[in-house]
Amino acid sequence: MVELPAFLPALPELFLAVSTMALLMFGVFGSDGTARLVGQIAVVVLLCTGLLVIGHGTERAVTFNGMFVMDGFGAYMKVLVLIGSALSIILAQGYAEREHMNRFELPVLMLFATLGMLLMVSANDLISLYVGLETQSLALYVVAAFRRDHAKSSEAGLKYFVLGALSSGLLLYGASLIYGFGGTTQFDRIAGLIAASPTPPVGVVVGMVFAVAGLAFKISAVPFHMWTPDVYEGAPTPVTAFFAAAPKVAAVALILRLLDGPFGHMVEQWSQVIFALSLASMVLGSFAAIQQTNIKRLMAYSSIANMGFALLGLAAGTEQGTRGVVVYMTIYMVMTIGTFAVILCMKQHGRMVEDIRQLAGLSRSHPLMALGTAIFMFSLAGIPPLAGFFGKLYVFLAVIEAAAKHSELYILAVFGVLSSVVGAFYYLRVVKLIYFDDPIETFDRQSDDSIAAVLVGTGLFTMFFFAFPVPVLNGAAAAAAALFTG
Amino acid sequence: MAGWPILSLTTFLPLVGAAFILMIRGEPDVVIRNSRNVALWTTLVTFLLSLFIWINFDPTTAAFQMVEKADWIPAFKISYHMGVDGISMLFVILSTFLMPLCILASWDSIKVHVKEYMVAFLILETMMVGMFCALDFLAFYMFFEGVLIPMFVIIGIWGGPRRVYSAFKFFLYTLLGSVLMLLAILVIYFITGTTDIPTALAAKISPSLQFWLWLAFFASFAVKVPMWPVHTWLPDAHVEAPTAGSVILAGVLLKMGGYGFLRFSIPMLPEASAYFTPLIYTLGVIAIIYTSLVALAQEDMKKLIAYSSVAHMGYVTIGMFTLTMQGVQGSIIQMLSHGVVSAALFLIVGVVYDRLHSRDIARYGGLVNNMPKYAVVFMVMMLASVGLPGTSGFVGEFLVIIGTFQANTWVAFLTASGVVLGCTYMLWLYRRVIFGKLIHDDARAMPDLSLREILVFAPLIVVVLWMGVYPSSFLNVTSASVANLIHNYQTALAESGAMVLAGR
Repeated sequence: MVELPAFLPALPELFLAVSTMALLMFGVFGSDGTARLVGQIAVVVLLCTGLLVIGHGTERAVTFNGMFVMDGFGAYMKVLVLIGSALSIILAQGYAEREHMNRFELPVLMLFATLGMLLMVSANDLISLYVGLETQSLALYVVAAFRRDHAKSSEAGLKYFVLGALSSGLLLYGASLIYGFGGTTQFDRIAGLIAASPTPPVGVVVGMVFAVAGLAFKISAVPFHMWTPDVYEGAPTPVTAFFAAAPKVAAVALILRLLDGPFGHMVEQWSQVIFALSLASMVLGSFAAIQQTNIKRLMAYSSIANMGFALLGLAAGTEQGTRGVVVYMTIYMVMTIGTFAVILCMKQHGRMVEDIRQLAGLSRSHPLMALGTAIFMFSLAGIPPLAGFFGKLYVFLAVIEAAAKHSELYILAVFGVLSSVVGAFYYLRVVKLIYFDDPIETFDRQSDDSIAAVLVGTGLFTMFFFAFPVPVLNGAAAAAAALFTG
Repeated sequence: MAGWPILSLTTFLPLVGAAFILMIRGEPDVVIRNSRNVALWTTLVTFLLSLFIWINFDPTTAAFQMVEKADWIPAFKISYHMGVDGISMLFVILSTFLMPLCILASWDSIKVHVKEYMVAFLILETMMVGMFCALDFLAFYMFFEGVLIPMFVIIGIWGGPRRVYSAFKFFLYTLLGSVLMLLAILVIYFITGTTDIPTALAAKISPSLQFWLWLAFFASFAVKVPMWPVHTWLPDAHVEAPTAGSVILAGVLLKMGGYGFLRFSIPMLPEASAYFTPLIYTLGVIAIIYTSLVALAQEDMKKLIAYSSVAHMGYVTIGMFTLTMQGVQGSIIQMLSHGVVSAALFLIVGVVYDRLHSRDIARYGGLVNNMPKYAVVFMVMMLASVGLPGTSGFVGEFLVIIGTFQANTWVAFLTASGVVLGCTYMLWLYRRVIFGKLIHDDARAMPDLSLREILVFAPLIVVVLWMGVYPSSFLNVTSASVANLIHNYQTALAESGAMVLAGR
């Protein structure tokens, strides 16, 4: 008689997996034109999964022979991932119908990717980490190339696949080194091993660096960022929105869990790596975005810089730093989805346009959309009282606190704020086009209510976060605490 | 009025007005007319409300008054904390006083996007008043930075031909300084464990750390003041901004820097302030002499006044770092006076700009012939700017020079030379615009001040003369707080000096 593992902690994942497969069958055997229905059901499935996650609570539970962990951190990040995915699917619906790519596979693949992300967030073993990561990546490679009749989209998919495979290779190599020198793949045991020895084995350190490099690909931290602008530009816009939001959150969650968990006693070693990644991402992301004219490429560099700011909190290596990262990712995800909702409205004569110069004079023709864009841009630039400022504030708060012990962090903080000023320049340029310039050609009237709803919702969150920051802050604090005490 | 949250009311009332304006619907003409009216009434009521702050103010104590406190982010010990003392109270009044005048001054000159313009100004007023009232670092920083968004939009949309360049320069210069200040604020947060400003003011910070914190605050405030050599955004922003934008820039935004030095740098970082005083003196003297000379060479009226602002703010920074009763009091009066006088001078330029759409000095001349009322207003303000006894400018400059003389005679000598230079460029400007022959036909055709314009200038003239003739009504308000500031500063220096002696 084989003893069955406890399924309850993984109930949300199981539910999502089963429903997604059922949806796939429904799509395959259903009549033509089920795409819309599949998309709507997909959103409902994500909502139910979210309820299951919340229903499970924040208690720590380990199952599947220690491969899978569910705790307060996992609950918070999973809810975040699910919200990001659901909003992306909502954004994708109208677009897919207009652009004649309304195939049911799109929402199904996005659900599979989300499943992979949930597994990543809950990974408690190098093997389950890899399985989750690959489940996510395989689905993402396909959606990046979803417009297979478009050269750019195919190129994006191929590029993402090749570089993603390389990064997976790096990760696997790192994992094998850790296993070879540590003798285990399980996070808790790795943590115990490192805590027990005065200096960690060199092989484990090298393996950790390789694993971090592999994960840095996923969050497009410099110098592993090369694929990002091309993939962002080539992939269909709602897919890009999806890329920029949920997978980034999941990958950051994975890095947090890996570095704060099993490698929690190697802060000295990994904080240098994160320091370098963070500094390079902030500086390069800010400077390289200046000359971009394609809004999707601009957002790609913006996301690189944003990942740099998120890693800044991790470089502090403290619980406060982790809390800052979690707050940052929450706010970043909302702002990004809002911005992409705007990009999805950039349409002239029924065709999508991506040149930021087409935004000129938007305030005359679409005042509400212009206001939304301005809010997102000022927020991304980190100007108070908008939400983006608070994201940066909590990260810098942690860095400054940790800098009392490690004074080199002061340098990182100063470079961080200075690159945020450089970043402000290109965000302001978008505001300038919208408000200061004369219109060249106006956009088509927006008839898609769901995009408008996403735009208004994210805009209100960004605008009024300052008045009600407590729920997010408390949630993030609980999440970070779960990671450090568990 | 006791028990009312009067500071919050004054701060957020303009936002209510802005919300009303946003809700106005209907014919374009009706919308424009109603937006103007709502904005004017909102700012007037806000001004009247702010007068209650002055009436309720107790000038005998240096403590913060009319304090309001509420939890904001309790987990981080961040609260919503408002209050005023003798240093900040008059700046609140200055902000609310200039605002209705700005709305009146843009009555006819702003013709496009009137609704948005009024909303931007009302948001700006909330940010300015909030900044002077905030007693929590986070709230302070949010108001301080929040000013950038409406001002960026005001310059960028309603500004002159090079408005985009100027708006960017203004925004990025200020942001660069501010983010460094943010880091300093976070460091202080970890030393004191709270973002409460009164607590932070009482904290003792080690001198080596003070050095860096002072530089970080300096980066922000020096850009705002602006001090030479980071003043270059100011002439650009002033020239391109619409008239009312220049008024607020010169009248209030520049004061944020001086206020910051007085509120944070000097009381919180006394040792570093003493250490850096020679730097402030040097930069101040350079600002006074160099920018006065630059002002002499200007062909553009707004640019000339912008450079004169830099010179006048040089007095302010020198005065406050002498840390003498006269110097600090003088610098506060000088800030208030400059707030009124430079605002009036920009309005004066705005009057002829509205008529002829040129700021070139050479386009005018002989205006006394066809615009006698205008010539009188201009004369009063010009004389106030050069510091003629009986006007507000005299009180400020005189006190600053007395204070400086006690601290350092050479600095006092060089500072006083700025008065002469100031007379030169202002009198010459007046001569070129008002006197001489009316040679340009379009200038001859300009009508004299309208009733609306007289209404704008009348309160300004009254205040300038009031401050010049009876400055005690202002000096009394500030004296207790200033005395307390100087006392604490000297105690802190004496203590650290004693520590150095004990260590030997």
